Order: sequence, then structure tokens, then C-alpha cells
Amino acid sequence: MGRPVAIIGVGQTNHGRRMDVCYPDLVREAVVRVYEETGLNPDDIDGVVSGTMPSMMEGVALTHFYFADAMKAGGKPILKTETCGSTGVSIAHTAYYWISSGMADLILAVGHEKMNEGDSQATMTTVAEPFYQRYFIAGAPGVFSMQSQMWSVRYGLEEEKVRDAAAFISVTHHDSAFDNPYAHIKMQVTMEDVKTSRVITYPVRLLDVCPNSDGACAVLFASDKMVKKLGLDKVAWVKGVGYRGEEYYFGDSDKAVWQSAVEAARQAYDMAGIKDPRKELDVAEVYNPFTFQEMMFYECFGFCGLGEAPDLVLKGTFARNGELPCDPSGGTLCTNPIGATGLIRTAEAALQVMGKAGDHQIPGAKTALSHAMGGVDQFNGIMIVGSEL
Amino acid sequence: MAKEFKTIKTEIRLPYELAYGATWTRFFEGMENEIIYGTKCSKCGRVLVPARSFCPRCFVDTDEWVETAQEGVLTAWSYVNYKYFGQPIEPPFIGALIRLDGTDVDFLHLIGGFDLSDFDLVRKTVKNGMRVKAAWSNERKGHILDLKYFEPV
Repeated sequence: MGRPVAIIGVGQTNHGRRMDVCYPDLVREAVVRVYEETGLNPDDIDGVVSGTMPSMMEGVALTHFYFADAMKAGGKPILKTETCGSTGVSIAHTAYYWISSGMADLILAVGHEKMNEGDSQATMTTVAEPFYQRYFIAGAPGVFSMQSQMWSVRYGLEEEKVRDAAAFISVTHHDSAFDNPYAHIKMQVTMEDVKTSRVITYPVRLLDVCPNSDGACAVLFASDKMVKKLGLDKVAWVKGVGYRGEEYYFGDSDKAVWQSAVEAARQAYDMAGIKDPRKELDVAEVYNPFTFQEMMFYECFGFCGLGEAPDLVLKGTFARNGELPCDPSGGTLCTNPIGATGLIRTAEAALQVMGKAGDHQIPGAKTALSHAMGGVDQFNGIMIVGSEL
Repeated sequence: MAKEFKTIKTEIRLPYELAYGATWTRFFEGMENEIIYGTKCSKCGRVLVPARSFCPRCFVDTDEWVETAQEGVLTAWSYVNYKYFGQPIEPPFIGALIRLDGTDVDFLHLIGGFDLSDFDLVRKTVKNGMRVKAAWSNERKGHILDLKYFEPV
């Protein structure tokens, strides 16, 4: 195992429809905030890693070149990491590997997207080749809804109960977003609103789906040596990382029990020494662009048994005051600038264990899981952070 | 009131000519002739569809060609009811995974051949596990949509 690595600061933009700024200025907003937060400056940094979902989202290829100035990356080693929806967690992993290997002591990680500037689902559909799959995947909602549908039938779950549990998740996350100053969608919804909203991709309805958001997130990662040198006490130590991909074709592997999610979590738990995640984790930031899918993740991550999630959701097990609060930030469901979203999950997990999550702080949180997923149902990444080394 | 800032409208249009190679070429020749081709892996024995040049698990060449069944069961579906730019199929449509008889992976395509205008009706009609069979277009040109959709048997 390499050297210990910590997250020492987080900067987020005010996420939303940000037609008031051009893309580089949006990126810089997050970068400036992480330097303000930590009191450091770009001269202190050994390297920069950034990423987006497909660059074509905004029609500019090689965004790390476009944003080199906004990230003050001139004269530094610079990397780009891109793994579809899981990009943000992969950026965090890249920063972790870079420092843990001993090649750097301080790395700036930046995730960004401006989804309102293009046609997000048309862009996402280009991740599939145009011979065969592109005709049928229908953007992200198409494939991820099919997966949820497969999961609920596999476990013989009563459609009405699954529907209620998904609506419950929508209501509680929308409520939570009011306590997150950076969240995009702030609206109150009722179970009835969710269940009667327009069908987008059955079983998913409008209020089961994340928005198109513009936003960026910047996170500073430091070696244990640097943490000591700077005399920092409130940091988030990286306790575990896990990542798995799957075969390319959607129909080639079982999506009802999503193996890449199961295995990525297992790898991170093994590294962090976690045996019983529901007990040992204090909070989780699960990547949840769709309410139904969030329940699958609870099961894949061992928060509960297979097919048990809807019952536990309705009991409040994963609500803000429940046994394992999930997405107290409002999650991806309320804010989704895709290339930033996974890194926002890691940033939010870090804020929780640093005790800096403000109005959505889970009291006393010491260990937190962050997650992101993507592809045409292929990729899952996890980063677990803790308050103690 | 907040100041409105200017925007610029732009688009990117780039031409490509993508090579199918031998395996996809034969697969699409099959489509033209109302045949669904798969290939069988000599190592794990799985029949993969659409046909592949190699098995993604065993990483060996798959050179045994199989003409798959035209019927199978529905394993997952989603009723797509929203639009995006350049969408190749007009919504509403139903994206679906179908396990063709005798194959070992799910084939991604469409189900149809019945009234899709009323979602509540569709929800009552479409069930995982239902048997479906291929419905072909009369005008075939070696394309994945030569196969119009799978319809209930």
C-alpha cells in the first residue's frame, strides 16, 4: 500500500443553470473557492487532474487544455481522467494514486460540466457505437431504467411498493437540497407529485430524474507529510478506493445485481477494513440520478440484502435521521453537472467527516462512502473517507 | 432583475466512415436476409449475439457462426417517452433486452407491433418473461433496423 492521502479542502460552484458565466469562468469559480477555503495558492500545487463526461457535452474537445488557465495549471503536470458518469470519482482516484505513489504531495482535482449548453441525452447516446446499441439506449434514462425494471422483477418486488419507495427517496432528497447551499433544484415535492409526474422512461417519471446542471467542484488532496507540514487537524483521510468496469455490451452481463458496483464496494471495504457497512459507515453519498437505481446500490453495497431496499427505504433507514443517512446533500437527484458529480459526492463525504457540511451535517460522522457510476451500465467507483488516519 | 448575458449558437457536424470489419459485415448481411447471427465461443461455449469476432470473457477468437432463433423471452424493458436531438427512433418506443432461445447474452433491441400510445395499457400488456419474435422490415438494407422490433408471440 502507498502513502496515506487526505482531502484537505473543497470548493464548489453554485450549481444550476449558469448561463451567467462562460465555461472556464465556472471552473475557476470552484478553483478559487478551494484556495480561499484552504488558504493555499496555485504555486503550492504539484499537479492538476481534471475531467468531464464526454467533452462533446459542450462541443469542445480536450477540456483540460481549455481550462488550463482557469485551473492555473500552466507549468504543472496535468492529467485528464474520463470514465463517463463515474468521471468524478475517477478524478479523485487519480489524485489519490498520484500522491499515494509518492510522486506528489499536493494535487488539485477538478470536475466540471455545463449541461445546459448542449443536448445532454443526445451527447450521452454517443457513448454507444453507431452500429447497434446507439439506436436503443435512449440516453442515460433508457438504460438505467431498464436496469431498475430488471432488478425489481428479479426479486419479485411489488410494483406499488417499489414505486412508493422511489417516491419517498425523491421527497426526502428534494427536502435535503434546501440545506445544501450549492444544490441546483430546490423545490418541495410530495409522494403524489412524484407518482403522477410524466413518464420519462418507465418506471422512471420526471421527479425520479436528476436535472441538467452546470457546475464544477475542486478538491485538494495532500500527502500525510503535507498535512503535517501545514499543521491541519480537520482533514478527510482516504480509507478505501474501489473501481470496476464491465463488458461493453449492455446485454452481456447481469445488471439486476450489478457486479461492478458489488466488486468496487468490496475492494474499498477490504482496504478500509469495513465488514458491516450499514453499521460502520456514518453517511453515504450514493450517485443517484434515478431514484429507483439508488435502491439497487444500497443492495450492491451491502447496506441491506438483495431485494430488501424498498422496505428499508420506507422505514426511513436511509433518511437523514436514519441508521445510515444517504445523500444528505440532496444528491445527484437534485444536482447533476456530470463530470463534477462524482467528485461532489467525494467532496460531500469529506465535508461530513471534517464536520464542515453545515446545515446538512450528519452529527458526529466519522466514516463516509462516496460513489459514482456510468457507461452503458459498466462503471462503478467508490472512495471511502474517514476523520482518523 | 439580473442582467441577461449573450450566448452564441453553434454546431459541430463531422463526417465519418466507420469500418465494420468482417464480423459486423456478415452480421449485417444476415440482417438483410432476415437472419440473426451469433458466434459461439470455443472456450466457454457461450453463444454471443450480435456476432463477435472474439469472446470478451475468454479473449479468444470466436469463429463458429450460429444462426440464432428468431424467438426469445423479454428480460427487461423501458417505455421511452422523451425526446433528444437526433433521436433515431420517434418516441414513444420500448427499448428491451431479449434472450433469444439458445443464446447466452441478452440482445438489445425494441419490442413493438402493438399500440404504444396509451402507457397504462402498455404496462398491463408487457411482462418480463413474455415470448417475443422478430418482425422484419420489407425494405432491408443491411442495418440493425432491418429488424423492426420483436413482437409478442
